[in-house]
Amino acid sequence: MQKFLSVTGMAAPMPAANVDTDVIMPKVFLKGIDRAGLARGLFHDLRFDAKGRTRPDFILNRETMRDVRFLLTGPNFGCGSSREHAGWGTLQYGIRALIGTTFAGIFADNAANNGLLLISLGEDDRDRLFRAAGPDGAELTVDLVERTVTCGGLRLAFEIEPSRRQALMEGRDRIATTLQMKEQIREFEAAYFAEAPWLARGGAA
Amino acid sequence: MQPRTLYDKIVDRHKIRALDDRDGPGSQLLLYVDRTVLNEYTSPQAFTGLRDAGRDVWRPEAALGVVDHVNSTAPDRGGAVEDANAQRQIDYFAENGRDFGIEMFDVLDPRQGIEHVVLPELGWVLPGLVIAAGDSHTATYGAFGTVGFGIGTSDIEHLLATQTLTYTRLKTMRATVVGDLPVGVTAKDLVMALIRGIGADGAAGHALEFVGEAIDTLDVEARMTICNMSVECGARVALMAPDDKVFDYIAGRPRAPSAEMLARARPVWQALASDAEAVFDREVVLDAGEIAPMVSWGTSPDQSGAIDGAVPDPASLPEDRRRDAVRALAYMGLEPGVRFEEIAIDRAFIGSCTNARLADLRDAAAILRGRRVAPGVRAMVSPGSSSVRRAAEAEGLDRVFIEAGFEWRQSGCSMCLAMNDDVLAPGERCASSTNRNFEGRQGSGGRTHLMSPAMVAAAAVAGRLADVRSLASREM
Ligand code: SF4
Repeated sequence: MQKFLSVTGMAAPMPAANVDTDVIMPKVFLKGIDRAGLARGLFHDLRFDAKGRTRPDFILNRETMRDVRFLLTGPNFGCGSSREHAGWGTLQYGIRALIGTTFAGIFADNAANNGLLLISLGEDDRDRLFRAAGPDGAELTVDLVERTVTCGGLRLAFEIEPSRRQALMEGRDRIATTLQMKEQIREFEAAYFAEAPWLARGGAA
Repeated sequence: MQPRTLYDKIVDRHKIRALDDRDGPGSQLLLYVDRTVLNEYTSPQAFTGLRDAGRDVWRPEAALGVVDHVNSTAPDRGGAVEDANAQRQIDYFAENGRDFGIEMFDVLDPRQGIEHVVLPELGWVLPGLVIAAGDSHTATYGAFGTVGFGIGTSDIEHLLATQTLTYTRLKTMRATVVGDLPVGVTAKDLVMALIRGIGADGAAGHALEFVGEAIDTLDVEARMTICNMSVECGARVALMAPDDKVFDYIAGRPRAPSAEMLARARPVWQALASDAEAVFDREVVLDAGEIAPMVSWGTSPDQSGAIDGAVPDPASLPEDRRRDAVRALAYMGLEPGVRFEEIAIDRAFIGSCTNARLADLRDAAAILRGRRVAPGVRAMVSPGSSSVRRAAEAEGLDRVFIEAGFEWRQSGCSMCLAMNDDVLAPGERCASSTNRNFEGRQGSGGRTHLMSPAMVAAAAVAGRLADVRSLASREM
């Protein structure tokens, strides 16, 4: 997992509410058994028309967004299916953080597991940031150490769960961290199954 | 002790340790997970991760795999599919089961079906558990008083390797449903009315508990429909306190605990309810008596209305919903003011983990008996599992569907997300018993109207969206 400290780059505004993971990563890109090649699928049906031609009006297709690093998102971004391909594709496209108000739960967990930073702002701050970036987007800096978003003269502070921030800053492997608590898990299991013997063997009667 | 909600009781019971120096919603903890179910499309990268790191599965007997998303539902299907990528997923899935010691049901297994239909019917979902799985509709198990929730592939890998998750505690919300559902109105209509009322993100970040007489009256399958679709108002977890109906449902199923063990479990299960004084972060009240059969008109599950209404004028909607409504109507090819009952359909689909259990098929068959699908409409039914299919055939429901002009298919997710060859053509309009009407969900350019299985049957017969009550009342 790539570490996140401070990143500067272009931010593309995508203000629609309830952008679901079917739109972020259409199902034709879900037929792999590895994580590769998903940048191609990101927002595929918004980036390309039915004949495969680029839609020039879509924000990510603009020349200025060639090296896009951030999306400015509407509420409940990432709702719908649990497909982690949506998060993988976003990162593979080069996007490092999403800045909005609310994100759907599974999408947010997937993002955290892969080092994609999600920043939840209050509605007022969100509006100020959208105004500062304008409809065409703008360059901005996200500093996770300082917990700030800077866009031109606008500087906003944001909150983030301390353990999430730490994991992102260290680019930590969660499974290795949990396996350090192996003994505690074993102890928990022993007590748990003693109390609920009907669960002890995978459920078979 | 402080009064607690059912959700917090179950989470506390599964908490191995805190990972933060605080407690309450938003705090992180190491959570023990009892069971998981795997499917062929969200699990492959998790197994690849385990292989790459040389890790084992912590407790293989706590996982079960079933092929459901990419398989064919053709009546005469074999074990293989034509799509080479899908076949590779199916093969890799079987290989992972063999290598890691996890039981897997392949396409031809008599127990095959949609994961959220298969687990309960096996008797594998028990009250008070935590079940996490790589599919958002894992919330279905809330009908048993189980905390079920969807996770992504990295968390599947974490779960397989450690039997735990790094978990963020949710806020709690209670939906109190007063009154009784009118005749002809189902659990699907209830949950669609709730979603419409509170919005697609109305329960985001919350565990949503349902209480009230209307819920108590419903059978376990109908309760599953409600918990399943609660995901569409953002709920990560849905819950209902288990009662005798749940205990009776479990007893005697193939994977249920023995009678002796059930007797020991029962008092523990009976205590699974929110304390009377427990405080929820949010409360909503819904009057079941006011609900009518629902249909969706847009591309988000909260864009819906009662069947006797009309497509809304976006200008009449709250400001924050207008823009999305304009876009949705353009996609759906609908004009404001058109009455729902005037909207003609091309396809009808009964299936999915929301509404393809035996009771759902009975509801639809009751409408179809002695009637025919309208000319020009292609209608399909895909039972929720192979067991449901057999049980329906034993009652003769397959004949009712076939005689009415429905295709009687095999089981799978099918046209719920159209990852196999059951898809809408661009512009085709479908009356569907599924849970998501997202753009392209049932096929690129396809137009989905969500509704109950009986409403799908009524629409198939009428050739347009129709009020099931006008058909049903002739028999009463
Ligand atoms: S039927 Fe639909 S919602 Fe249910 S598991 Fe399959 S794809 Fe997901």
